[in-house]
Amino acid sequence: MREVAIAGVAMTRFGVSEKTCIEMFCEAACLALEESKLEPKNIEALFLGNCLGDFEEGQAHMAAHVHTAIGLPMGSPALRFENACATATVAIRQAALLVGSGVYDVVLAGGTERVAAMDTPLATRTFAMASHSGYSAPTGITFPGVFAMAAHMYADKYKIDIRELQECMAHVSVKNHFHAAMNPKAQFQKEISVQKVLDSFMVADPLHFLDCCPFSDGASAVVITTKQKALQMTDKPVFIIGTGQAAGGPVINNPDMTRIKPREVAAAQAYKQAGVTPFDIDLCELHDCFTIAEILAIEGLGFYEFGKGYDAAKNGETRLGSKKAVINPSGGLKAKGHPIGATGAAQVTEIVEQLRGLSGKRQVKGAKTGFVDTLGGEFGTVCNLILRSHP
Amino acid sequence: MIKQPLLFKDYQEGLAKGELLGVFCDKCHNFSFHTSVYCNHCGSTGLSAKPYDTTGVIRTFTVIRVAAEGRNAPFIVALVLGNSGIHMMGNLEGIDPDSASMGLIGKKVKISGKKTLPDRFSPKVEQCLVFSLED
Ligand SMILES: [Zn+2]
Repeated sequence: MREVAIAGVAMTRFGVSEKTCIEMFCEAACLALEESKLEPKNIEALFLGNCLGDFEEGQAHMAAHVHTAIGLPMGSPALRFENACATATVAIRQAALLVGSGVYDVVLAGGTERVAAMDTPLATRTFAMASHSGYSAPTGITFPGVFAMAAHMYADKYKIDIRELQECMAHVSVKNHFHAAMNPKAQFQKEISVQKVLDSFMVADPLHFLDCCPFSDGASAVVITTKQKALQMTDKPVFIIGTGQAAGGPVINNPDMTRIKPREVAAAQAYKQAGVTPFDIDLCELHDCFTIAEILAIEGLGFYEFGKGYDAAKNGETRLGSKKAVINPSGGLKAKGHPIGATGAAQVTEIVEQLRGLSGKRQVKGAKTGFVDTLGGEFGTVCNLILRSHP
Repeated sequence: MIKQPLLFKDYQEGLAKGELLGVFCDKCHNFSFHTSVYCNHCGSTGLSAKPYDTTGVIRTFTVIRVAAEGRNAPFIVALVLGNSGIHMMGNLEGIDPDSASMGLIGKKVKISGKKTLPDRFSPKVEQCLVFSLED
């Protein structure tokens, strides 16, 4: 395998957009190309993540239309990826594999999503489509509901009073809002309090409204290329030193909801390929679609022992300035926003900018090695990437 | 020729008659997930549809308070471990959702089926599991 690098990254501001999915992706793609000193004619393939364009805009087959809007060569294929919330990370990993194996030299990958174009009942319904349509969805299970069940199981398994767990989960939300307040691309650039989380209405017991990520519009694009070419495009390439991806089935086939097994398998692949351990990770953008999800992730990725990560945010251990791995310095899905098909590329964008030392007030000092973790569906897909700065 | 032991249509027809059909391995005597073609435990293709026990224990639950279109909240979704060894997701009915608490975890339930609500995206999904607390 050839060494694979990221040359340019970009994202739109997350939130509510008047632009279409295609227009948002074009905005991010043009910035990423500019940063890489590339023109559309240099792109050999487009890997576009998009989950729900069919419902948001009546737009299926989006990749071909994005291809035209950016003006890519006809001979450069355009593919749509869909792996629920892990979509863009999967697209980027596939680009890295094909560049690494010598099929392509330069691939544009990322994703776009316009969730806020749907009303809450339709958005809730379409998100639930990532659950098994025959065996999970008929119960009316929602995505907050899946993670709410995980939270109840966590409290029961580790004998933690549910009110104590709710308070610890609220601290995750407070910490991620604290980070997002320093991120000009975040949907919510303001701090909140533990009490505000606990006073917000219940979405799915025991998760309050402010335990949940928002519905978001946004896009993000990444240029993936060889080490050799990247060094011609930028003096600050970032290297993809390890990747992993694993698949599970519906939640009823992975019933210990406190242990997301596909994450443990995917992370082990990535750590092995990169030759690093959780102790080597300086910062991590992980899948905090709900506050309990961040707690499950810091344990599943090996930063904490199982059952011991729940009070990490309360203790300030995952916050900017901590000696341990800083978790979600961008504000995470919770506060930066979660346009599902774009999320993984935005996580990569944050890690790349951090490893380049360009993150301003929220810069993790001395960051060299960063981790990307994205989870799709009722634990059906997990994709991980490990990135390293240019020495 | 490998057979698909349990089609979704047959699972639903069973449930409508009050029969819970699962996929059972003739070799290792375990149930696998309903859509399986190879045994989840030993990899055998000797699977066949077989009714399973209609009792189980609640492993976890939630009260859905913000529902998808076409549904009225609140209602309870639970994950149950059946006495036959497989997990299933269904609606816990017969109690007030506002009275649901951590005490539900570990409680024994009876398992049955009910007709699903009409859904424009899943017109062929007609049955849903229901749990009720045993006295
Ligand atoms: Zn078997």
